[in-house]
Amino acid sequence: MNQEKIINVKNLTKTFGSFTAVKSISFDVNQGEIFGFLGANGAGKTTAMKMLIGISKPTSGEAVVAGFDVKTQSEMVKKSIGYMSQKFSMYDDLTIKENITFFGGIYGLSRIQIKEKTAELIYELGLEEVADKLVSALPLGWKQKLSFSVALLHEPKIVFLDEPTGGVDPITRRQFWEMIYAEAHKGTTIFVTTHYMDEAEYCDRVSIMVEGSIEALDSPKNLKKQYNVTSMNDVFLKLARNVE
Amino acid sequence: MKRFIGFVKKEFYHIFRDKRSMFILFGMPIAQIMLFGFAITNEINNVNIAILDQSKDSETQKIINKINASQYFNIEQKISSESQIESVFKKGKVKAVLVFENQFIKNLQTKKQAKVQVITDATDPNIANAITNYVNAILQNYTQEFKRDSPSSYQIQTQTQLYYNPELKSVFNFVPGVMTIILMLVSAMMTSISITREKELGTMEVLLVSPLRPFQVIIGKVFPYVFLSIINATIIVLLGFFVFKMPVEGSLFLLSFESILFIISALSLGILISTISNSQQTAMMISLMGLMLPVIILSGFIFPISSMPMPMQIISNIIPAKWFIIIIKAIMLKGASITIIWKETLILIGMTVFFIVLSIKKYKIRLE
Repeated sequence: MNQEKIINVKNLTKTFGSFTAVKSISFDVNQGEIFGFLGANGAGKTTAMKMLIGISKPTSGEAVVAGFDVKTQSEMVKKSIGYMSQKFSMYDDLTIKENITFFGGIYGLSRIQIKEKTAELIYELGLEEVADKLVSALPLGWKQKLSFSVALLHEPKIVFLDEPTGGVDPITRRQFWEMIYAEAHKGTTIFVTTHYMDEAEYCDRVSIMVEGSIEALDSPKNLKKQYNVTSMNDVFLKLARNVE
Repeated sequence: MKRFIGFVKKEFYHIFRDKRSMFILFGMPIAQIMLFGFAITNEINNVNIAILDQSKDSETQKIINKINASQYFNIEQKISSESQIESVFKKGKVKAVLVFENQFIKNLQTKKQAKVQVITDATDPNIANAITNYVNAILQNYTQEFKRDSPSSYQIQTQTQLYYNPELKSVFNFVPGVMTIILMLVSAMMTSISITREKELGTMEVLLVSPLRPFQVIIGKVFPYVFLSIINATIIVLLGFFVFKMPVEGSLFLLSFESILFIISALSLGILISTISNSQQTAMMISLMGLMLPVIILSGFIFPISSMPMPMQIISNIIPAKWFIIIIKAIMLKGASITIIWKETLILIGMTVFFIVLSIKKYKIRLE
């Protein structure tokens, strides 16, 4: 694997008033890896991710994403990344084609590129028959796959997925992870947050955040060995208990 | 630019595919103008009245005929005693009773004056007032005719002239008012709802992560509403002109300029509302309670500002709609040019700039 660092975080901190949501975290993400960003609700993972994608300014510390400083070059960062939010974030009252055209458009793709991408994407997802139907007619699983593909439209170097599989059935989740693997195989770096500990096992490396700090960071295999347990779920529980 | 067009196109898809938006945008202005123009009016027509004629002579008959001949009144019944007055009012059949005193014609000829009493049902004060005025007018007219027959040495005649709205058409007041309300509604409420909608759906986050700059997102969101508001204003002016003969005496250019200015101030209010509310419902409630109500009550559209208590008069000054109504009335009815309304225009410009600055500031804080 290419060991070039695509995300480089040093002492990144975010405070809201007297509350410190992210406490001086440092980590690297290698190009092309699937990086799992784990943590309980309120552990600070969403805040940390928001700083990395350039919509929240760090209080102190540094973060370089795809070669750009998130503090000073957030516009360049935004151009190099893809993002899929927790909530399904496409327009229900637009057709699949219109959604693709719109998101392609705001990422500055040309009309020809959009046309090619749309055809390719609809073919890959097998959506030919519903391409001109409103997105609201699609089942949730399909919507999520579509969201993921749309986040990749402009061929970003890194894609950030914020709990992408929430509320989806296990089969669709499985298919979704296959899509993630396929994309990672093409060299795209995947930065994913999740609740599901079984999904953590699919990642190349995971970091576990507890109360604003990164308590563990390694491959799932090493983490299990280190904590002497059989599943990521147990690793997580052990860490959470330590803090309490 | 290409991104912007794409964005605006998307925004139009949202609007045109949502029946509710379409109704508010196009059904509402037409419905409101028609409603205010035809149904809600201070003019009276065919009001039922009763007559108590205690004299029953040739002159009272003349007056009764005159009243009956007018389109304003319809003599529903004649009563014969004062005790019946209460009961006819209570039945609600008549809105007024005209009482001619005993020996009307004799008094008129000997004392040079005779009395007619107008008793009105003041449960609806506006109508009661109007009835009194109309009856007075008819009686005055009669007196003049009577005097012509038997001229007396001195007489003072009042000659009233009503400028700018000689027929006292209430629609002349309502068209500017409705235009103000509609522009406020479309610009402020619709934009605040459409922005909070994106927040609610989570798409706002995606837009902010995209290379679009926040102000581009906002401009893309409000542009369609500027466009639609202008169309709306045009529809209202055209309806006023063709259906209600509401003139536009002043310059159309000035009217459009002032309207666009007001639209922009309403839009910035809409953006401001969207920054403080997280759901479409909240945005709608704030727009309705915080904007529409003051616009209707304090702008001088329905209740004259000069007859409000002092504190309300002072508060009314911070309502942009008040200034806009003054401006468009002056332009449409008096043909005023900018030299006359420059003060109001300046106030409106000041308010607009203030709201824009405030909403940009608020918007930025939210992003931090």
